[in-house]
Amino acid sequence: MTEMVYGALPAHSGDPVLPRWWRTVDKLTITCILILFGIGILLGLAASPPLAARNGFEPFYYVQRQAFFGGLALIVMLIASMMDPRQLRRLSTVAFVITFIALALLPFFGTDYGKGAYRWYSLGFTSLQPSEFLKPVFIVVSAWLIGSASEINGPPGRQMSLVLAMISSGFLVMQPDFGQASIVLFSWGVVYFVGGAPMLPLLGIGALASLAGVFAYNNSVHFARRIDGFLSPDIDPTSQIGYATNAIQEGGLFGVGVGEGSVKWFLPDAHTDFIIAVAAEEYGLILVLLIVALYALIVMRSLLRLMRERDAFIRLAGTGLVCMFGVQAMINMGVAVRLLPTKGMTLPFVSYGGSSLIAMGAAMGMLLAFTRARPQGEISDILGKRNRR
Amino acid sequence: MIRKPLRPLALVLEARAAGQNPKDIERENIRARQEQARDASRSRAESRLLVLLLTFLSLFGLVAFQMGVLALSDASEPTSSYSGPSIVAQRGNIVDREGRILATNIDTYSLYATPQDMVDPEMAAKGLVEIFPELEEQDLLRWFTGKRKFLWVKKKLSPEQKQAVQDLGEPGLKFGPRELRLYPNGSLAAHVLGGASFGREDVAAAEVVGVAGVEKTFDDFLRDPARAGEPLQLTIDLSIQSAVERVLQGGMTLMNAKGAAAILMDVNTGEIVSLVSLPDFDPNERPPLPTSGSPTDSPLFNRAVQGVYELGSTFKIFAAAQAIDLGLVTPDTMIDIRGPLKWGKFRITDFKNYGNELSVYDIIKKSSNIGTARLALQIGAERQQDFLRALGFDEKTSVEMVEAKGGKPKWPSDWQDISTITVSYGHGISVTPMHLAAGYATLANGGYRVTPTLLKQDYPQRGPRVISPETSRQVREMLRAVVKEGTATFGDVEGYAVGGKTGTADKAKENGGGYYEDRVISTFASVFPAYDPKYVLIVTMDEPELATEIEPKRTAGWTAVPIAAEIITRVAPLLGLRPEIEPKPQTGVTGASN
Repeated sequence: MTEMVYGALPAHSGDPVLPRWWRTVDKLTITCILILFGIGILLGLAASPPLAARNGFEPFYYVQRQAFFGGLALIVMLIASMMDPRQLRRLSTVAFVITFIALALLPFFGTDYGKGAYRWYSLGFTSLQPSEFLKPVFIVVSAWLIGSASEINGPPGRQMSLVLAMISSGFLVMQPDFGQASIVLFSWGVVYFVGGAPMLPLLGIGALASLAGVFAYNNSVHFARRIDGFLSPDIDPTSQIGYATNAIQEGGLFGVGVGEGSVKWFLPDAHTDFIIAVAAEEYGLILVLLIVALYALIVMRSLLRLMRERDAFIRLAGTGLVCMFGVQAMINMGVAVRLLPTKGMTLPFVSYGGSSLIAMGAAMGMLLAFTRARPQGEISDILGKRNRR
Repeated sequence: MIRKPLRPLALVLEARAAGQNPKDIERENIRARQEQARDASRSRAESRLLVLLLTFLSLFGLVAFQMGVLALSDASEPTSSYSGPSIVAQRGNIVDREGRILATNIDTYSLYATPQDMVDPEMAAKGLVEIFPELEEQDLLRWFTGKRKFLWVKKKLSPEQKQAVQDLGEPGLKFGPRELRLYPNGSLAAHVLGGASFGREDVAAAEVVGVAGVEKTFDDFLRDPARAGEPLQLTIDLSIQSAVERVLQGGMTLMNAKGAAAILMDVNTGEIVSLVSLPDFDPNERPPLPTSGSPTDSPLFNRAVQGVYELGSTFKIFAAAQAIDLGLVTPDTMIDIRGPLKWGKFRITDFKNYGNELSVYDIIKKSSNIGTARLALQIGAERQQDFLRALGFDEKTSVEMVEAKGGKPKWPSDWQDISTITVSYGHGISVTPMHLAAGYATLANGGYRVTPTLLKQDYPQRGPRVISPETSRQVREMLRAVVKEGTATFGDVEGYAVGGKTGTADKAKENGGGYYEDRVISTFASVFPAYDPKYVLIVTMDEPELATEIEPKRTAGWTAVPIAAEIITRVAPLLGLRPEIEPKPQTGVTGASN
């Protein structure tokens, strides 16, 4: 009974690991992710040679790195998807502690790569962005806390997770990295929402978030300029967003042709934040709609599977992860089409970036683990064993 | 939180009676409630997940829709869609009172380089140095081969230079269109116009912003797109300005002065017809701010509105006018001028001994310090200060040049009786020549306060009355007498009945501590024609020294006055004044005893 309630039957059922994994895992989502990754490599072939040329590398340097990190990310994803939720929960808690400390120590040991924001640890051959790894494990820990809060005699998990969210996003704001901070807060909000948040505090959080926005607007020139740029009705054609808009328009329905695009030469972030503009220019609306559809499909599919889930922790953790994934994709694409102000946010699995790729692989691996088909106590429902008073 | 009772008492009692363990009951109770709570939270989560799902679906749909809208709309050329916070280069012309151009714009180009597009940086650097000898080949080569992707080479090109650069055939050298502010008259009216430079600039255009003079004062006005380049008309008259500038420049050379200023102003409207400050500069190539030496000697310094000087005996007429206006004296009242006048530790003396007593009329004519001091003592400090305030000598002038803000008068920090005495003959108080022009205009025009302006006035200004028309008439007669038979006889211009007052003030040492013995500021403040004044002319010279005489002459009568006379000779016909025979003074008013 206890096992049924707390999900996750132990794996010593005699069923071999791989067949059971293949039987229960969400194969459609895996397919979608693989396609996205393939598209990422394809676009990288187009978008990154100009950057490689600027930095004095051979043309496909960044594509090779992308393939390497992507392979790593897929391996991490597959391994994570094979673990059972309880293992993941433990690992995540440990990882959260580590990344949290790493985040706290960034101002002392991190590098800013001349960009004015201390977000990275330099490891020589590559750099590490702790905030990317913090997000998924934070979500799992929050889900655990909030999920157990609803148990009778459970801990005050909501308050505890809120404190964690506040401190983490506080660190991120100090870097400053408003994008990641808002993602952390957003994920926490989603978990709290699904975890049975009363409506009033939710509204309060909404108000608080807008207050934080106003505060940031008044106190950060960087932030204010972006918002002003977004609110002004005219696009400055020499800005990133101006080039992106122009690229999407140039691309039209079928694109200007593979390798024929020009936006990658103008945009410094063509291979990361504005990769969708490269896709739109060279391959046209068709590919862009395909990408949007793939993201939407992953999100829909996972949410539908999670709706059937009876275990509160798994439901919440899965929801948080998939929403983080979805919102990141949405912000990235929303910026390119001017639905949102300019915000550096990578397009999961498509954009170039080592830390973000591997972290996203881990996140999606956990999501796959949480959405695996498992007994949900339907039998006991049918048998009416659960006597209610 | 109020916990639900975990021990339904009846059940526990029942169990006890049946010999069962009550804890089992308790456990079962908790389990059941837990089930219930989970079911509730699951169904709630289900609906909330559905909300999330629909939100995401609609947002992804929105992104896709927006992508479609964008992709299917027509692309526009990035450079052609300039709008919003773009740079407006349009800047209105500045014209003189006759509509002649003082400042305008011409289309030109700036030159910039994008080194990554360069084919042959060495050739480019070499070619550029041939065209622009002031550039350094080493610097250029370093920039062209360095890491920078963009750099300005020259901000302004002439058409010939542009052609020469184009002939280099270097694709990495590019031109950005520019509107260049042009002052076709060169240094003429330089201080009035000020100058302009580029503000925000990018490749496609640059903002032209005023940096000094009226260009800065009227910057918003000139740049207002709603006015579509409508010109700004000033009261300056180009030909008169030119004449004044020439004469003053010549006089400055002749008198070995290090600076000079002249203001020609309409006494009724306050319109400034000409304003000159020398040395001057060419606003087309505005010199950089001086880094060494006194800023007041820089060509950029506007002596007419910025420089505050002790203007000496030109102030005496204010004391006389006030004393007459208050009814304390008439022009014929005899004043004891036996010197020296001792006041505390101070001794006031005259330039020469003028005898025992003089009439007020003669005190002005001969410029007696002692006589003026006696008048000032009769007036008293408080009334004297009120009078100076009424003339506007206590605040900076509001003339429309940004430099005017720097011309704040200096008053004695502690006003004692000795201040009253010295101020009456123009020492211990410093004002700008522009203040003096306004003060003389007020005395001459019948007694109305005048505010100097560079903008055309349709009607005579009728500011607050400062002195009565009768006093004004008597003041004019005294000023006329100074030129006819007093200290400014060189100033007489036949047919224009010049009236005025000289002033020669020892220059105060820059670092405080007394006055120079051999350096003066000599000033001539004149109005003409004296019987019906139309214009006031102030000429002031900094450290003049006329070396043609046996002993060097520095007094205004020898320096500023002849220059003013020459200016009046030249500009009076340009002003449309007819030379006329002066009407005879009315008898019995001045008691023409002298």
